[in-house]
Amino acid sequence: MTVVALRPKAKTMADAAPKNVIDVNELSLVFQTNDGPVNALSNINLAVGGGEFVSFIGPSGCGKTTLLRVIADLEQPTSGSISVNGMTPSEARQKRAYGYVFQAAALYPWRTIAGNISLPLEVMGIPKAERKDRIARNLELVNLSGFEKKFPWQLSGGMQQRASIARALSFDPHLLLMDEPFGALDEIVRDHLNEELLKLWAKTQKTVVFVTHSIPEAVFLSTKIVVMSPRPGRIHEIIDCDLGPERTLDIRETPKFLEIAHRVREGLRHGHSYDAAHL
Amino acid sequence: MNFIRNSVVPVGTVLLVILVLWYAFAVILNAPFERDQAARAGTTISTSQLITNTMKQERPVLPAPHQVAEEIRKTVFDISPTSKRSLVYHGWVTLSSTLLGFALGTLLGILLAIAIVHSRTLDKSLMPWIITSQTVPILAIAPMIIVVLNAVNITGLLPKAMISTYLSFFPVAVGMVKGLRSPEIMHLDLMRTYNASKAQVFWKLRWPASMPYLFTSMKIAVAISLVGAIVGELPTGAVAGIGARLLAGSYYGQTVQIWAALIAAALMAAVLVSLIGLIANLVNRRMGVRT
Repeated sequence: MTVVALRPKAKTMADAAPKNVIDVNELSLVFQTNDGPVNALSNINLAVGGGEFVSFIGPSGCGKTTLLRVIADLEQPTSGSISVNGMTPSEARQKRAYGYVFQAAALYPWRTIAGNISLPLEVMGIPKAERKDRIARNLELVNLSGFEKKFPWQLSGGMQQRASIARALSFDPHLLLMDEPFGALDEIVRDHLNEELLKLWAKTQKTVVFVTHSIPEAVFLSTKIVVMSPRPGRIHEIIDCDLGPERTLDIRETPKFLEIAHRVREGLRHGHSYDAAHL
Repeated sequence: MNFIRNSVVPVGTVLLVILVLWYAFAVILNAPFERDQAARAGTTISTSQLITNTMKQERPVLPAPHQVAEEIRKTVFDISPTSKRSLVYHGWVTLSSTLLGFALGTLLGILLAIAIVHSRTLDKSLMPWIITSQTVPILAIAPMIIVVLNAVNITGLLPKAMISTYLSFFPVAVGMVKGLRSPEIMHLDLMRTYNASKAQVFWKLRWPASMPYLFTSMKIAVAISLVGAIVGELPTGAVAGIGARLLAGSYYGQTVQIWAALIAAALMAAVLVSLIGLIANLVNRRMGVRT
């Protein structure tokens, strides 16, 4: 309690709660726009433990992507505190603590698939022999072996996004931040990639923070679902999703899955009606 | 087969139209002189005789294409390239200053673009001057450049090349500012998540992303470099080069010589632009551009 009251610096917080990978305390972010200030995030409190799979879900404008970008040090909060691996987001970024997967694959078109996965490794100064090794290992992890020499445009959208996941994993960060990575893909490819992502998560024991606007996707993947609502962007409800580690796509027909999905839907609706009252 | 349909036929058709028009105008423009000659001699001249005569005058108003072709053939192949009457000799003089000026201009343009992209202050302060520099009439500033550089003992190839540089740095600077700023936000954010240095962002993202812009602006730059080199030869009393050839031709009314020099310059520009296109294609292939 005192720790929170003192609004401690990242370091003391790490001592107090060493288990949490991400700790967010009373965090707010106000964008100054030409139409006046916009409350993108308001009084966010959140803890993400090691090895968890946490999804942010909510309608557009609820600040889910902004919160992810704050964790990644791509946006600066206006007030409140946040720690990543017990450090400030900026320190964590400089230590290359996380891998980030964007909405689009964002592969560099002039680099081959192998070249794209090599990019972070080159930036981080990893020697060539090891780069080669890691490229092969991570391409295998996302089932893209044999596509090393292809250029991005020669691959389907789903394969491109898999390559971008391999790129994020290539330097072996413990934290994976994913911003609607499958949002642009069709349902069938999406189901398939969701299954693969779960396997990957089980295999690598990474902590994943995942932004989505799909309820089934969130329930299927997560250990914890953060339901957010817009204007101002805030956390409406945090729902535990204890479906166990062994999940196949069939789980989506089980009563438990449907019950959690229902709770998420209710949460979203409630958050939205609140919004409608404001309008 | 495709090459013939897509390139040879359309280009050939236009060339044919130009040649027909050229012959027609040669006849029309050169006919008054023939009629005067006939009137002075007190004879009349038949139409067929008139047409034949208009195409073999010594100093026609507009030389016929075959006269120009013959002049080019003679001054390129018959005369030794070391002779001052050789078009190859003059062409080489202009080409060497074009290439030097173009190389310097491209380099200057790239360096300016890099500075502008990385510094807000330079963006605000340099850009207006770069644009203003191109509004100064080159014909007025060319002799000044040569006089000033002569005063500080820079003579020979460099002063002329400077005029090409002055013209060619502009499209490269403007194109490269755009090119170096062309990466998507997401691609830049990605580099930020890797904590990449400015140099790494430049070499691994901005530079490769700017390649299409570089080659497009280089094509423009090489063509105006050639114009710059010729213009540089005109007002400065140059003794050699395509510009000197044009000037000498106009002093002595050697219209055939002028046209031969003009065509030679145009061909030279076409070859230079094609060469850059060729290099661009090679680079594109290496960078996996979809064909």
